[in-house]
This record gives sequence, structure tokens and C-alpha cells, in this order.
Amino acid sequence: MKGEMGEKRNTDISVAITGSGGSGAVTAGLILLDAAARAGLYGLMMRSYGPQIRGGESASLLRFSSRPVACMDDHVDLLVGLDWRNAGRFAQEIPLTSASLVLSDPAAGAVPTSFAASGAEIRELAFKAHAEGVAKGRLNMVAVGAAGALCGLAQGVIDAAVRKTLAGKGSEVVEQAVVCASIGYEQAGAADPAPDSTSKSAERWNISGNEACGLGGLRGGVRFVAAYPITPASDILEWLAPRLERLGGSLVQAEDELASVNMIIGASYGGVPAMTATSGPGLSLMQEGLGLAVASETPVVVINVTRGGPSTGIPTKSEQSDLNIAVNGMHGDAPHLVLAPLNVPDCVFTTQWAIRLAEHLQTAAIVLSDQSLGQARTVIDPPGEREMPLERVAEPSPQADYRRYALTGDDISPMTLPGIAHGMYTADGLEHDELGIPSSLAADHHRQLNKRRDKINAFDFGADWAELQGDGALCLICWGSASGAVFEAGARLRAQGMSVRVIALRLLAPLRCDALTQALADVECTWVVEQNHSGQLYHYLKSQGVLADDAHLLARPGPIPLRPGEIVNAITENG
Amino acid sequence: MTTVALKAKDYKSGVKPIWCPGCGHFAVFAAITRALAYLELPKERVAMISGIGCSSRLPAYVDSYGFHGLHGRALPLATGLKVARPELNVLVAGGDGDGFSIGGNHFLHACRRNIDLTYIVMDNRVYGMTKGQASPTTAPDWAKSKMTPHGTGVRRFQPAAIALSAGATFIARGYSGDPKGLTHMLVEAITHPGFSFLHVLSPCITFRPDQRSWKTGVHAFAEGPFEEPVEAAREIHADDGLGLGVLYAEKLPVWPPHIKPSGSLAEVEREFLT
Repeated sequence: MKGEMGEKRNTDISVAITGSGGSGAVTAGLILLDAAARAGLYGLMMRSYGPQIRGGESASLLRFSSRPVACMDDHVDLLVGLDWRNAGRFAQEIPLTSASLVLSDPAAGAVPTSFAASGAEIRELAFKAHAEGVAKGRLNMVAVGAAGALCGLAQGVIDAAVRKTLAGKGSEVVEQAVVCASIGYEQAGAADPAPDSTSKSAERWNISGNEACGLGGLRGGVRFVAAYPITPASDILEWLAPRLERLGGSLVQAEDELASVNMIIGASYGGVPAMTATSGPGLSLMQEGLGLAVASETPVVVINVTRGGPSTGIPTKSEQSDLNIAVNGMHGDAPHLVLAPLNVPDCVFTTQWAIRLAEHLQTAAIVLSDQSLGQARTVIDPPGEREMPLERVAEPSPQADYRRYALTGDDISPMTLPGIAHGMYTADGLEHDELGIPSSLAADHHRQLNKRRDKINAFDFGADWAELQGDGALCLICWGSASGAVFEAGARLRAQGMSVRVIALRLLAPLRCDALTQALADVECTWVVEQNHSGQLYHYLKSQGVLADDAHLLARPGPIPLRPGEIVNAITENG
Repeated sequence: MTTVALKAKDYKSGVKPIWCPGCGHFAVFAAITRALAYLELPKERVAMISGIGCSSRLPAYVDSYGFHGLHGRALPLATGLKVARPELNVLVAGGDGDGFSIGGNHFLHACRRNIDLTYIVMDNRVYGMTKGQASPTTAPDWAKSKMTPHGTGVRRFQPAAIALSAGATFIARGYSGDPKGLTHMLVEAITHPGFSFLHVLSPCITFRPDQRSWKTGVHAFAEGPFEEPVEAAREIHADDGLGLGVLYAEKLPVWPPHIKPSGSLAEVEREFLT
């Protein structure tokens, strides 16, 4: 990004802003994202923090594009250092090249060698001195103006974004910020300021993955949530609490995850669609409860915003390492659903689908989001709502011979709810007969095991089990959040003349083996790409017999996000 | 809706209990059905929630809605149901191991919440279903379990004192050998608005034949019910653990408060527009 953006302007730009606690790197990032949206661009913003609860260094990582953005690019075009205290810790997350540009305040000292070694051009801009020239001026606002100018954003959209983002802070703060941003804009030295226009080309949404999961829950009909706070899932709960209240629902902060999963089972038994959100340690604690939901055929959904594991792991960073526990976690034979959203907008659809599937199939569903999706903020086209005629199969007027766990043609037994006369039954985690009465007889056990398996396996999940792209002999298989980087890697390989197919799995359990085998027809070389250490999807697919013996594995654990370049490199280096 | 007045026996499902002959739980079960009949609660409006253990088998025996859930987790399950369906009468039943050991944390927090549940703990100071191990309410020198051959050496859990300090707004102790008194207490507990904790001494003749002596040991609390926690605490600590009666009753707003819906999903979605 030497100097001017040239051809790249407004097509695909990556920006990072770093600063120590209180310097406002995150606020600056949020304003730039909003400004890009106003300029008609799509965007993605991730945040990175040091370990401190308050006051630690932080970084905003942004990518803007004229096309929807689902992953970070390989390199950062523009790095803005509000100051450089501890910024070196972000060096791995902010890869620079000799084509990058670094904006640095001379008052903040030298650019750390971990950044300077890239050979990037370093341009000085006195953020602090300029801010001090404005009453109550803030240096991050000078940086916003400068970064916006270098990204080719019109001053008008930056001005509007500043006003909107800081609206709650009072007019004094807003006015200084507008002045500081305009100074930064002028001082940036952008050769050719963009024509000033604040008109939006289309209505867009600014939404995080965690908010999108929360919205998917609401669209799916969830009106009860119980949960225990845990990073990086808590944002879902904080977003949902006031909104559930407005919609006549409730959110209970439980004493632990054992309580939260049992609370949602209780609410769902009462007929109210219910879900919880957690991360790895909480998902581990919920296993027994999920087994109860499966055995008692009570619909529940768990959003698992995966973080680095095992144990406490890396709470603030992403990984795709909970597939094993999600698929295989419960004791006994416990068929259930596992789904994974492929990108932020898909968090809405996949969560809604999970809720409706769990309701219809009377079972537990686990949605595997992760920190990279959950805490990413994006500018997207508003996700349309799909028709989902997947109702809970009810028995509104049961007769005296009502059998809660009746063996039916599709093995879904009509369900009564407390309050309905003559429909009384006792839900049970003990094996039971069709009436729900505890039974240790072999015949009852086998019948109920078969029923709980077949109602899921025989269900027609339709075409949403995966997103398929291309029909090449080289196939990349991925799931969940890795899809963003994998689709982009596929596009780059095609640009190199290769014929590439991508299969991004959304429904992980039950695995649609027939559909997957069909999707893999005529494939000569398969790569499984996932963000974990052991290749959990690879081994899962192997165990199901759907993967060729010579399939390749690219399994790279967190905490650094998967980038398209490393996928392209792995495949091309392999020949 | 049920229109004909129901008798106690109408609240029995007909499923045969797994309990041993002489078990105190039979009398507690009978008292529950009498209390439901006295209160004329429609069966379909009653939900009986339990965990795991001998006493936790109760929901299958009561002709109402029921959930026989996980060991120790009856209170959270009941909490979810009651918050989602506040018009139901939700009763929770279980034993001393289920409620005070594996479910101890939920007991504390259910007491704090003052949610309108009735929690009936049938305490026999032993794990019956797993054949006779010490529970949190077992005396430290009880050495009849092979698992703790010298006794637990651990002080007894004090259910009433802990419920009081955790914030329960209704605390009573009953005895399976006093079915009439127990029925009265159940009626009071069910009608109490908020979290009511009913601690029932219910002997296990099989593993604790010594509990036959409770018949002569039980006595009414010297005083009560109290409205002041300090006075109730004094009575609890002065008592030998066999005192019977309503100990504590406090009027406090029920949790959660009812909040009127005030918006639509379309309004929520509009917040995302850039």
C-alpha cells in the first residue's frame, strides 16, 4: 500500500490499529467499519486483546472489500500504531510485507522491530500533537481520519460514522472527534481524496457472529435462555437478555453450566423453545444434561463458541477443536445434531435451523461457532429469513391411551405439554417404554434406541447440509469458520488455473454420508482443512468411510486465524 | 379442565413404587396426594420434578406431569419450567444426597432466587439406592458403610440452617410418621408465594433401622414460625435435628418479576441497519 492505494482502492483493503489500554484502538476500528459500510463496502473486524481485563493493549483488525468478506487476508496493507507499548505481541496476527504502510507517531517512539523487519514503508504522523491542538482532542480520532483517507473513504462517511458511533458520548466528545478526524484526513497525505458521498448503495447490517447466533435463536422461536457467563460466548447472552425481555421471553443467569443446561430442558419440557450458549469448559459440564435431553426427547440447543482448548485453554482466541466432544461427547448411544455456521451471516441461518431441527426431531442440537466468528463484527447484506416449517409435533388433545414415546412411522412421537388434560407423563432419563414408564427390558431398550436413532437418520435434511462450490478434481473439505479462508483459497487456486471443488459442511451430525460421497464423485485429490491440532474432521470422516485413503490433512491449531494464503501454499507445495 | 372434585387416591398413577416395605417415602407420597386433593389442583397443572435416588422416583407415582431428571439437577430443571410456565404448580422432590451433596450448589441458589417452587427433601441420612453409603446428613461416627468404615468423620450438613442463610422464604420440617402434620405443612408450603423448603424426616428402615427411634424422638419446635432470620437460626441450632413444624416464613416478592413484552422481532432486527 505504498503511498496511494492505486488500483487496490476500494476493492480489498486490510487495516490494523494497535494501541495500549485506553488509546481507543477498538473504537477507531468500529468507526472505520461503519464508515466503510456507509461507503457501500462490506467489512470484517476482529479484535485482539492482551490478557488484562481492563487497560491492556488491544488491536482492531479490519478488512474492507467491494465483495462480502468472510476471512482475514494474508497480509495487512495499513498498520496504524496509536502507540507501540506491547504492540509487538500482535506481530503474528498482523503480518506485514514490504508493500505495507505503517503510520507511526514520532512521539510514540520507534516502530517495533517485529513490524519494521517486514520492510514496510513507515510514515510519521503526529497523532498526539495534532490531537493536543484540539480541545479535549483524542489521538485515535486523528488516526481514524488518516486511515480512512488512506483507504480511500470519503471524508463525509468518516464524519457520519464518527457521529453515529460516538452519539452516546455527548456533543462535546463528538465535535472534538469530528475535528480531529478531519485533521487526520488532511495530514494523511492521500494523493487523491475520494469524491465526497455519503449515499449508501444498499441497506447493510453491522452485526457480530455472536449477535447473529442470538438473532438466529430468536428467529427460531427461542424465548427462554439460561446460561453461565463464559468467554467468548457471553456477548450472545448480553445481547439476548434485554431483547428476550422485550419479546416476552426470559434469560436466567444460572449458577453454573450444569444448571443452565437443565434449566433449558425444564423450559423446553414446558413447551418454550430454549437454548444456552457456552464455550468448551461449559460444554464439557453440559454433557450429562445433553444426554438427558436426548433420552427424554426434549428439544434443546447449545451454542458452543469454541475457544482454544483443552481445559481452560486460550479463552480469548479461536479454535475448531470441540468437534470431537460435540459429536461423540455423551455417554451411551445418544444420537443428536451437530451444526456449524460457515460465516457470520450464516450464524443466523444455522442457529435458526438448529432450533427448528431440535424442536421437530425432539433432540439436542449443538451449534459449533467459535471465537473468530462470534467476536468478529461484519458489514453484510441483511440475512433473509427462510421458511422453516419444522414444528414441534404436538398432541393437543390426547386420549386416555396417550403414549409419550409411541413408536410412530417417522419415530417422532407427538408431545403433550403441562397444562394439557389427559396428556400427563413423566419424562425420564431412565430407559423407558412407550408410556414413559422406566424399563430395563431388552425389548424396550432396543425399541427406544432405534427410535431415537431413526427419527434423526431418516429425516430429510435437504440441501443445507453443506455449501458446495465448483466441480474440480481437487476438493477442499472444511467445516464451520474455516470455510471463509477455504472458499477464498479455492478462488485463488482457480485463478491459478486449477479446477477446484469446495465442500463446506454445515451439518456434522448426522453426517450425510450418501450426499457427501455423491459430492465427492470424480475427485482425485482431497484436502481436509480445519483449525485444530489433531485433524478432528479428518478422522471423523475417515471413521465414516467417506474419505479416500490418500486424503491430505491441513490441521493448524489456533490462536492465529486461518488465512487463505497458507492453504494455497500447502496445496501448491504438495504439488 | 378437571371439574369433578378429586380425592387423594386420584393423584396416584398406579405405577408400583420401588421402595422397600416400611420406607418412610410411602407416607410422604400419600401426604402429597392429600395436599394436592385438599388444594383441588388440577392434575395437568401440577408438575412434579425430581433428580435421582429412592425418593426421586416419586414423579412416576403421582398422576401429574413429571420429570425424573439427573442426579442433583431437579431444582434447575424445575426453575426453567417455572420461569417458562409460571402458571403451573411446580413441586420438586428428592433425597438428602440428591439435594445436599451432588445438588448442593443448586440448593443454595434456588433458596436465593425465591422462585415459586415447593422443594420437598425426604431425608433418611443415607444413600439407599446405592445400598447404604453415608450422605451429607449422616452423623460423622456412623460406621455401617463399607465405603466409610470409620464413619465419615465429617460434620453433618444442616439443611434448615443453610436454607435460612441462603435466603429461603419458607422453611419447615416434617416427619413421615406424622402424616397429618406433614399434609398441613405441604399445603402451607405449596401455597407460600416464593421458594418453600420442606425438610422431611423419612426413615430408611433397610439401611438405617436405628431411625425407628425417630418415632419417639421427634417433637414440635419450641417456637415458630419466625419472621426474623436470627430467631429462626437460634431455634435451629438449639434443636436436636428432630424438631417439627414451620420454622420460618417471610413475605418477599416472588422471582422473577413479570415484565410485559414491549417490542417485536422486526424492531430488534432494525437495530442492525448501518
